Order: sequence, then C-alpha cells, then structure tokens
Amino acid sequence: MTTWAPVEYTGVAELRGPLMVVRGTRGVGWDEYASIELESGEHRHGLVLEVDRDLAVVQVLEGTAGVRARGTRVTFTGSPLRIPVGAAWQGRVCNGRGRPLDSGPPVFGMTDAAVTGLPLNPTLREPPADPVLTGVSAIDALTTLVRGQKIALFSSGGLPHLELAAQVAAQAHTGGAPFSVVFAAMGLTHADAARVRDALEERSSAGELTLLLNLADDPVIERLLTPRLALTIAEHLAFTMGRHVLAVLADMTSYCEALREVSSARGEIPARRAYPGYLYSDLASIYERCGRVRGLPGSITVLPVLSMPAGDITHPVPDLTGYITEGQILLTRDVASYPHIDPLASLSRMMRAGVGGGRTRPEHMDLATQILAALARARQAGELAELVGERALSITDRRYLAMAEAFELRLLAQRGDESRSLEETFNRAWQVVSVLPRRELSMLDPETLDAHYREEP
Amino acid sequence: MGTVTRVNGPLVEVEGLAGAAMFELVGLGPHGLPGEIVSLRGDRATVQAYEYTGGLSPGHSVEHRGSPLSALLGPHLLGGVFDGLLRPLTGAGMWLDPATPVPAHSARVWRFTPLVEEGRAAGPGTAIGSVESAGSPPYLVLSPGGEVSAIRPAGIYSADAQVAVVGGAEVTLIRRRPVRQALPYVSRLESVIPFTTGQRVIDLLLPVPLGGTVAVPGGFGTGKTVLLQQIAKWCEADVVVYIGCGERGNEMADVVAELGELTDPRTGGRLGERTVVIANTSNMPMMAREASIYTGVTVAEHFRDMGYDVVVIADSTSRWAEARREFASRSGALPAEEGYPADLASALAAFYERAGRVTTLGGATGSVTIIGAVSPPGGDLTEPVTTQTERFVRALWALDRDLAYARHYPAVSWGGSFSRDADVLMAGSPDAAARRARVAGLLDEAGRLATLAELVGAATLPARERVVLLGGRLLREGFLRQSSLSLLDAFCRPGRTAMLADALLAVIERCQDLVDHGIPVASIEERDFSPVLRAKDAAEEEIMARRDTVLDDLETLR
Ligand SMILES: Nc1ncnc2c1ncn2[C@@H]1O[C@H](COP(=O)(O)OP(=O)(O)OP(=O)(O)O)[C@@H](O)[C@H]1O
Ligand SMILES: [Mg+2]
Repeated sequence: MTTWAPVEYTGVAELRGPLMVVRGTRGVGWDEYASIELESGEHRHGLVLEVDRDLAVVQVLEGTAGVRARGTRVTFTGSPLRIPVGAAWQGRVCNGRGRPLDSGPPVFGMTDAAVTGLPLNPTLREPPADPVLTGVSAIDALTTLVRGQKIALFSSGGLPHLELAAQVAAQAHTGGAPFSVVFAAMGLTHADAARVRDALEERSSAGELTLLLNLADDPVIERLLTPRLALTIAEHLAFTMGRHVLAVLADMTSYCEALREVSSARGEIPARRAYPGYLYSDLASIYERCGRVRGLPGSITVLPVLSMPAGDITHPVPDLTGYITEGQILLTRDVASYPHIDPLASLSRMMRAGVGGGRTRPEHMDLATQILAALARARQAGELAELVGERALSITDRRYLAMAEAFELRLLAQRGDESRSLEETFNRAWQVVSVLPRRELSMLDPETLDAHYREEP
Repeated sequence: MGTVTRVNGPLVEVEGLAGAAMFELVGLGPHGLPGEIVSLRGDRATVQAYEYTGGLSPGHSVEHRGSPLSALLGPHLLGGVFDGLLRPLTGAGMWLDPATPVPAHSARVWRFTPLVEEGRAAGPGTAIGSVESAGSPPYLVLSPGGEVSAIRPAGIYSADAQVAVVGGAEVTLIRRRPVRQALPYVSRLESVIPFTTGQRVIDLLLPVPLGGTVAVPGGFGTGKTVLLQQIAKWCEADVVVYIGCGERGNEMADVVAELGELTDPRTGGRLGERTVVIANTSNMPMMAREASIYTGVTVAEHFRDMGYDVVVIADSTSRWAEARREFASRSGALPAEEGYPADLASALAAFYERAGRVTTLGGATGSVTIIGAVSPPGGDLTEPVTTQTERFVRALWALDRDLAYARHYPAVSWGGSFSRDADVLMAGSPDAAARRARVAGLLDEAGRLATLAELVGAATLPARERVVLLGGRLLREGFLRQSSLSLLDAFCRPGRTAMLADALLAVIERCQDLVDHGIPVASIEERDFSPVLRAKDAAEEEIMARRDTVLDDLETLR
C-alpha cells in the first residue's frame, strides 16, 4: 500500500441518479471507499462500483443532489471501507453511516474492520444452540429464537412489526450471559424512529444497545451501508468480546429498494420485479453474518424485519429472505390481537436446538408441536363450521375451536410493553392445551401430562 | 503477463494475455486471485474471478496459470470439507480471506498397498494400488495404462510421492483433472438397479435407478435440504458428494457435525468417511459457487472410475444458475428468459448428462446418480430453471407448500412428481409393482374424493368411497409421513417399507370388506387405528402384530 498523499481527482465526467463517474483515475480498486468534497466544502462519501481503465463509477451514499461536475474533488482511500470496532459503540445512537446523532464524540476503537466482512469458514461454525428469550409468549413458546440463527419477521402494511421488533430488542436476553443489541433502522419515519428510541431507552442507558438510524428522509443510498455497519460492529462484540448479540435489521424492504435504485441507474438487466439478479447473494452477504464459532463464547442472531409489499409473500424481498433465513415469524391481520403472529405460518427451523431440558423446559418441543397440530385442526374445524354451522360440529371439534380461542386470548395476546417470564409463558401454554380432552394430546407423553395437564371443568 | 483494464465485481477484463486459451486459469493482481478466462477477443480476455475482487484495479498484473480450472483428486477427499474450487476448508482460518489462501492439500501421509507386480501390464483405469483408511471405501490408484515398470512396496507415502511408473508415466496418489469436462468411460449401461434412499415415499412411489437423475423443486421451507440430507446420510451409495451450492453456513456445519457422529450401518465406520462435502455457502464468492457444481461432479466421476456407486447431491442448482445469470449480465450478454443466459438449458443438460451407470475404462462398473434441489422464486414451478431442469431429469420429487405447512414431511407431492424409470425398476418383481399400483391408486382416488367431499361434505359420500378417504388418510399418516427426527424411522429399509405398506393395505381392505357386508362406515371411521399408524416407529417384528391388533378390533364390528 502506498503512503503518499492521496491523489485528488477533479474530472467528474457524469452524474446519473446516485452514481458519479470520475475520469482520469489511476490505480483505483474495485469497492474502494471514496470521499468527495463539493465546491461548497460539503463532504460526501462513496463506494466504487466499477473501474474501467481511467474511469471509476462511484455510488454516492448521500446522493448526488446539488453536486456539480466542476469544482467537485474526489479522493480514494486505497481500500474498501473500514470502521473502528469495539465496546465504544455500545450505548450510542448514530446515523446510517455511523456518525453520532447523540451528543457524544465520534466513535473510536482500538481496531478497525472492513464493513463488507469476510465469509466465516463453514467448518468452524458451531451449529446454533440455546435460546434468546424475548419475553413474547408466542415467540418463546412456538418459534423460539436460537443463538446464532437468522430468522425473519414478515409483515404487511399497517401491522405493528416495528413495535414488535422494538419490544423484542428491548426485552431479549440470554439468561445471565453478556448480551447486546445492534439495531439498524433503514428508511424509518421520524415518528417510528422516535418510538423505537423510546422503547429501547433503558437498554441504551445500560450500555447494551447500538442504534444506527437511517430515516426515511435520509440519503437512500446510505441504507446500503447501514446493515453492514451493524453487523461489523456485531461481529466484534460477539467474536472478540464474547457477547451474545441480537442484530435487528428493519426494514429490509427499504434496503432492497435502495439496491434496486442503484441497479437501475447502472442500467443492469433486472430479474423479478425490476430487482437486480444478485439480490439473493446481496441479502445473503448480510444475513449469513449470523452464527457461532467453534471455541468462542459469543453469538450473532440476526432478525431482519420486512414489510411485504401488498402482503405478498412471493414478492422478491420476502421470498429471497425466506430462502436465506432459518425460519420466519409472520404477522397477519387475521389474528386480531397484538402481536398478530400467525402461529401456523411461522416456523423457527432451529428451534429444536434451542429448547428442551437445561435450556427452556423439557417438554417444550412436544408442547409446541401439540399446540400447532391442535391449531391446525381447529382451523379445519373453523372452516367446516363456516360451511355447516358450529352446531353441526362434533363435540371434539368444538373443543378444538375453544382451544384456538383460548390460545389467542391467554397465550398469544400480549401488551407491547409486557415481558413474560418463561415460567409464565409455560403456565399459559398448559392452560391452553388443557382446554382439550386429554385423549387428544397424543404428542405429549403421559408423565408430562400427569405433571402439567389440568383438565378444564 | 497481462494487465487488468476493468473490474466490475467478479467480472475482470484483461489485456495483453497473448497465447491464452479459453477456460485457462489466471492469477489476478498482487494476491494472485484465481480466475478463469471465459471469453477471448484478440489479446483481450474476460475473466470470471473466484474471489472477492475488492481493491483490484486497472493496471494490476495478471499471470497465466497454463491449465484449465482443475480439481485435485486424491485420498484426502473422503471425509473432507472443501470450497467450490476444492480447496480444503478444514484447517483454513476462521475468516476466509482471499489474501491468505489455504494450501491445496494437507501434508498428510497415506498407507499404500500395491495391487500389481512390477513387469505386468496394467490396462488404463485398472487399479494398481489401494489406500485404506477405516470406514471409507478403499481408495484405488488407477493405471494410466501400460507396463508397470516400477511399483513401491506397501508402506506410508505422501500424496505426491511417486508410487509407480506405468507406461513411462509417473503415478502418485493424486491426480488433477479439468472440471468442466466429463471423465472418460467405456460405455453406458442400461441401469435397472434401484438406488435405495430409505425414504418410503420415494422408494415405493418415485424410485430412481443407480445412475439416474432427479430434481427436487420446492419453495422455501418445503424441506428440500432436510430430504437431501436424509438421503446423504442413509442412502445406499459407496460415496456421497454433498455440494452446498450457495446455501447456508449453519446447514453445512450441521451436516458435517451429524455425519461425523453417525455410524455407517454398512461399514461400521463414520458416515462422514464416505462423504465429500463441498461447501460454497451463499456468502462465499459467487463464481466459486458456479464452479462447485462441476468440481463436485468431477469428484464423483473420479470415485465412479474406481467402480463405486456415487451420489451427487447439489443444494441448490438454482444458485448455480443464478451465478451464471449474474455473470452473463455483467458481461453484457443478451438475456433470454427472466435474465438467464440463452445457454441455461444446454448447461443444465450437460450437467445432468454426467450422471449414469457405466463400464469404466478399467472394466469395472460404477455409477454417478445426481440429485439436485431447485429453488423456484416465489415457489413458481413455471420459472425457467425449474422448467428447463424438468426436461433433462429422469425423476422429479416436487415438494408441496401445502403439505409442508401442514407439517406433512417429507412434503413430496405424490401427484405432482414423476419417475420415468419406476416401471422398469419394478418389472422384476410383480409383488412390488402391485403394491406400488395399489398405494398410488388409493392416494389418487382419495385425493379426488377429498376435493369432492369439500364441496358436498364427506357424510354424503357412499360408504365405499368413505373407506377410500379413510384409506388415503391412513396411507398419508402411517406410510408417507416420515420424520427426519425419529430415531427408528429416519431411514426405512426396502423390506420394512413393503411391510408397512402391506400392513396398511390389509387394514384398508378389511374396512372395505366390512362395509361390503353392511357394517356402517361411521363405526369403522371411529375405530382406533393408531397401532398401525405408529407402526413406523416400532420395531420390525412388531409391525404384523400391530396390523393384527387393528384387524381384530375391526372384526368386533361384525
Ligand atoms: N422430513 C422432515 N422431518 C421433520 N421436519 C422436517 C422434514 N423436512 C422438513 N422439515 C422441517 O421443515 C423445515 C425446513 O426444511 P428445509 O430446511 O429442508 O427447507 P428447504 O426446502 O431446504 O428451504 P430453503 O429453500 O429455504 O433452503 C426444517 O427446518 C424442519 O423444521
Ligand atoms: Mg434448503
């Protein structure tokens, strides 16, 4: 690497959407970080998307509005973007590029790391295990978050997914083990961001939270950096400092829209719905940064939050996310009570490794399977009841309907500021299955039933 | 020496590469990042880079490597985990940094035993020596053909030590072969030997032969990976090549951990010892993902040439196709359907064509069976990768979202799948053919009646049809469903599969007989069928007794 003063280029050949083409460059590398000084003295930042002989195509994070071709000076830093990492991020609120929004000083660290990250050697991954408890019954009981897992929160317009994400971020814990939250907000409105900040106030003052806020009126392209920044910070907290980290990325749909904007400005051949063909790989380069490492104590659990445009799960953003994450928590309007989780469409693929004796409760997996099977049967009975009327149902089917009602009232429904202990969640879950006759509970073994089943009169 | 002129992600343009050949490997820039020449115009080449190209810039130098993208084949493969270029991941650092690549193979030594004597002729492809290590099938060192002018005595050798000279050529334990070209064989065999997967729905309804080809399409979460991992663990193959092509790191960690713990019922060794894992996860460089499919099938052919039955499991071929699309789009190629390059179909055909049961150069019989997952966007089975793949495979195991949502696993849709070889495979055994026809017939009819019942209510159907509905349910729950988590049921031997099917068919037949004799169907529907439904979780000796329990109970209705 050279140690000479960086060369300043003034040959801005083209400005198009978020892109700036700089002419006359020499030795500029792909994916290098650039700083841009406008005539007014304002500073902006960019990443090199392509180099072709003496041309460098730079994606300007703050956008190109107001940039003139003349008088703009660009320098390249000689390497892909690196940020300082370390404990100093904890308790801080920054913008989507990591600049402080609180009154604190810029974040410094003893070491730095490249924001693109490097792939983790799959042979050194430790399969996810042990739970991250959220205090939300429907999640802890039926779709348990497992340390090192990536699991998405799917929602659609008008549903309180941000509220739920903030609740999870505020309440989550890993027993007594050191725990941190890195919350990356992309494209949030000021009102939403303020609510998230409020909900996370306590966590922040405890020094367990890093909040990166890219708001709806912040530069769109900056969003492409925000989740990567969050995960670079998380990797250090987890694998160097040994903490369990929950990384919440909301809203990934806004992130993908920014990616689409850059892609279309570059004239790339689009795949589905004008999203670029590399959307899968791009999302994977973010979500795959979850995990545990053999021999190291920490973990990263990634929770992407995304709103499905028009509630369509086959839209490229939820679809490709679903192809990468290890399960999903789906919110639906069909469930009337907060948190509106659809238990049957939600699944934590890693759950088995996160629950059971010594982790949560010995009967956890069987109980969850039993509740889901019963809810599936209740749904069928409900459909039948719509056709033929509830009175035509068998007695057993009516018990199933009662059970589904009890499920929503006693287990699922919860206040947005209510954190339930595992104990309480299990008590409620047992009350719910106790609505069914004992003979229907074929997935639970007799000793467990003897211990916990209390038939409702 | 050439010079980089343009970098756009994995696409690198180079000039000044006089004398370069298509598909030749090059080293890019100061770290010598590996790349492959994919097009040439004069002395200008387009290179597909196999590593992250951050920091690579115009003006950087480019070196010829003089050979096409090749796999290093040797005894180190079995039990190992490799990246898409077949570089070992075991022993590499925690973060995979292109600036510090891993050594191509370890300095391990091997116990070699000669199988021929000096002075004898050894035809091409015949075994001249073997390398043994517990658990895995013997690794055979094959002759390049000619007279054995020197051969080492049994002993310990390093992988690149010369162990023989045959026909004037030096022979070591390893060989390097280009991956984009199939390894040669003498002839293809008409294959009629079933490939046993241990999954009932497949072995009975949708069987494939050794050397066959299968695609497994399904939306996210429908169970592709679990099904393929079950097959990797329990299928009857000598060698398994498991390619994680652009999928999850956690899944790779899982499969490696499990294979390392499980015992191979056939050899008593670890299941991992018969397996070669190629892990090019979704966050690893995209173009190495494209290569991983070819390195995997080359490894399989290498073991096939030793006379083994090898299965290649690729999860997911869609990620491979997407990598090709991505590169084509960066290089400005004209897109065909949904942005995929026009050669998608021919590339898929060429890949699946590398399967087959053959007579090897050395006269042995070996096979490569290919099973590829397909991940259709939006679960839409009419998208290009799924539809093109369907044209070239002998069997399709389509996974159904509704079944998966109902937690019916494996969610193989018996109606939406096919096996072109089923009839031939069953031809030798009329019993098996009859069993398959009966089960398939009942499921079909039950499916049809279920749609009808939704409209008019099951209660209005005639008694015989209600028994068919009941039979469909018994077969789905007691036979088709097979949990990967059950200790006893994760794998089902063919004999046990037949027994379970027969037990259920006998029960269904008895129900039919009862309604024919005027017993009210409602009273039959209310009987407790759980003994036969749970027979799959019971010891084999118990299955018939459980059937009899249910039959006896039904008799009490008469
Ligand atoms: N045979 C099975 N037995 C028990 N559970 C299963 C089985 N098959 C699938 N599952 C359940 O379904 C989940 C998803 O399965 P899997 O990971 O195989 O899906 P996939 O089709 O590979 O999805 P993706 O395309 O996202 O990779 C599993 O985590 C498991 O909970
Ligand atoms: Mg999968």
